[in-house]
Amino acid sequence: MDFGFTDEQNAIKETAREMLAKRSPLSAVREAAESRTYPDALWSEIRDLGWPGIAIDEEHGGQGLGLVELVILAEELGYACAPTPFLSNAIAGLVIDSAASDAQRDRWLPGIASGEGRGSIAGTGDEPGLVPDAEGAAVIGLDPMTEPRLVEGSAAKIEPVELIDATREYARVSAAAGEPLDGDVARGLQLGAVALSAELVGLAQRAMNLAVDYAKERQQFGRPIGAYQAVSHRCAGMLYDTEEARSLTYYAAWCAGAEPQSLPLAAHMAKARASDAAWRVTNDALQVLGGIGFTWEHDLHFLLKRAKVGSELLGDARMHREQVASLAGLA
Amino acid sequence: MDLTLTQAEEAFRDQVRSWLGENNPGPEPEGEEAKFLFRRDWQQKMHEAGWAGISWPKEYGGRGASLIEQAIFSEEMARQKAPAPANVLGLVMGGPVVIAHGTEDQKERFLEPILSAAEIWCQGFSEPESGSDLASLKTKAVRENGSWRVSGQKVWTTYAHEAKWCMLLARTDTDAPKHKGLTYFICDMEQDGVEVRPLRQITGEAEFNEIFFEGAHVEDENLVGGEGNGWMVAITTLMHERAGLGAASAISVRRDLDELIEVINERGLGEDPVIRQRIAELKIGVEALRLGSLRALTQQMKVGIPGPEGSIAKWEWAMLNQKLTELAADVLGPEALRPGTEWSYRLLRSRANSIEGGTTDVMKNIVAERVLGLPRLR
Repeated sequence: MDFGFTDEQNAIKETAREMLAKRSPLSAVREAAESRTYPDALWSEIRDLGWPGIAIDEEHGGQGLGLVELVILAEELGYACAPTPFLSNAIAGLVIDSAASDAQRDRWLPGIASGEGRGSIAGTGDEPGLVPDAEGAAVIGLDPMTEPRLVEGSAAKIEPVELIDATREYARVSAAAGEPLDGDVARGLQLGAVALSAELVGLAQRAMNLAVDYAKERQQFGRPIGAYQAVSHRCAGMLYDTEEARSLTYYAAWCAGAEPQSLPLAAHMAKARASDAAWRVTNDALQVLGGIGFTWEHDLHFLLKRAKVGSELLGDARMHREQVASLAGLA
Repeated sequence: MDLTLTQAEEAFRDQVRSWLGENNPGPEPEGEEAKFLFRRDWQQKMHEAGWAGISWPKEYGGRGASLIEQAIFSEEMARQKAPAPANVLGLVMGGPVVIAHGTEDQKERFLEPILSAAEIWCQGFSEPESGSDLASLKTKAVRENGSWRVSGQKVWTTYAHEAKWCMLLARTDTDAPKHKGLTYFICDMEQDGVEVRPLRQITGEAEFNEIFFEGAHVEDENLVGGEGNGWMVAITTLMHERAGLGAASAISVRRDLDELIEVINERGLGEDPVIRQRIAELKIGVEALRLGSLRALTQQMKVGIPGPEGSIAKWEWAMLNQKLTELAADVLGPEALRPGTEWSYRLLRSRANSIEGGTTDVMKNIVAERVLGLPRLR
């Protein structure tokens, strides 16, 4: 029994943290969000590092690692709030790998693995046609819950949609036909939900760090505000939320490879908890920051908005809790 | 990351499982005294088979079990609803203190009867005016002709009326700073200067006691870890108190949750969307507690000492238990409000979960200060 990362996994984590701190500091996130464009240099560096194919098998040009490694990257990219199509592409890879025919996999996975022919999957929540990073995608998965099919990006009608989260691109996508996805789409979406949960954990961790650092520095009534229990207990609650979401996410990622029968419950738990945690922690961070946290000038709102949208994508907390209730044996 | 058990760990679990399957004495009887005797017999049986004090080193009569094995053992105990051993404080705190800080004579004298439950131990730490601020305690021990005289009052003491020995934290130097003037004693409870009174709680029962020391006598040889070192001696055991218990507490909450799900289904409330959301939230919380405990255990094995993560587990557990019993009360309605029913008892008893063994508010302080590095107000 060992609930820790291997040396190789730790190395992936450290490399990602260092690279993103250098290449994608919050000032760069702001620039991208304010212009609503992705920095090309970051995406090509991510591609050079082979990240898009981390969980895709070597036969299809990937690194052949597992969901745990993907989760490590997604968490770090969330921590950086990095403006890249990494996550949507990775989730498309998971769904196609799990649900597509051999021919479909041969056709789409190599492009997803290299990042040259990106994929994306439509959401499953209240706005089924809402797709992240659809513009420029080679392949888009539509109606995953009802009539799952793959369409070529060039054959789809893509209308950009602005959401409060400006660190990621969203669009409403429609297409007449497409090739049906006949395999296990549900499993693919569960894997995707785990990857998204990891991003939410990273966002929460970053927001907590910003708030805790501020609580140590900011003086009111002659003391750092972090010395007051109204503030310090709020911060403790942020750790509680973040760590619960993290434990559940890592566990679900581990289940994917090692204990597949436990994946559905684990994945629903992770996404439910991470959705709640990310919103609560980013909101609590704003409260600790006080007035400065409410200004456009402070970076926190990029985290908060991305957390809110991420908590809705691939099913919100309520939807995932409903699944948990069914699996828990409620009649 | 590998959450499967190794072959050796699996073999250990099977061994525990089959022994418990054959020897678990089943549900406990009603009444404090009957329950105590039942637990004492149970501990004797555990001891004969080598399952009492499994974390203790072999040379002191323990099993020398690894942290994982301890967690497996507690999980199996919880899973099979085995009763707690009667001398749980001696096994978890008293024995480990003697092993870590005691003299050879003390080890010779005290350890075996802890394991066999021949001598029950209780803990004399909390006082009416010293709860969370334990180091402010006022019970005094004064040296007199080569031994010690103790006077003061302790409270929230489990099994004080059954105990032979009390782990007593007393002030031996009133001039020293509050953490420095304390000494750890093993005090004989069977003497005139010690009076035990039951403390009735909101459930109506009396699990705990108050102890009054009026000139109680403690031999010098029963001082542990040196004069003035009491705080350090006490704190090392408090840290180990919860090591490995998180996973087991998750199992026991999960058991209660399964029971509640059955009740809900029986009453045809399984489709109520609000109840479904609340059950799911509890289910997720229980799993987070179990997994967080395993992560903390991994960490402890790597660095050697338990980290402050145990504080999060304690906090989680208290909150889950309280929410679970509240949901049960909502589901059962007036039935859960009649005294003496199982769920009314659990509803009331769980109110103390966020107080006993370190309050949730103090757990939050620990997390804020030791994990997040926030400044202390004091």
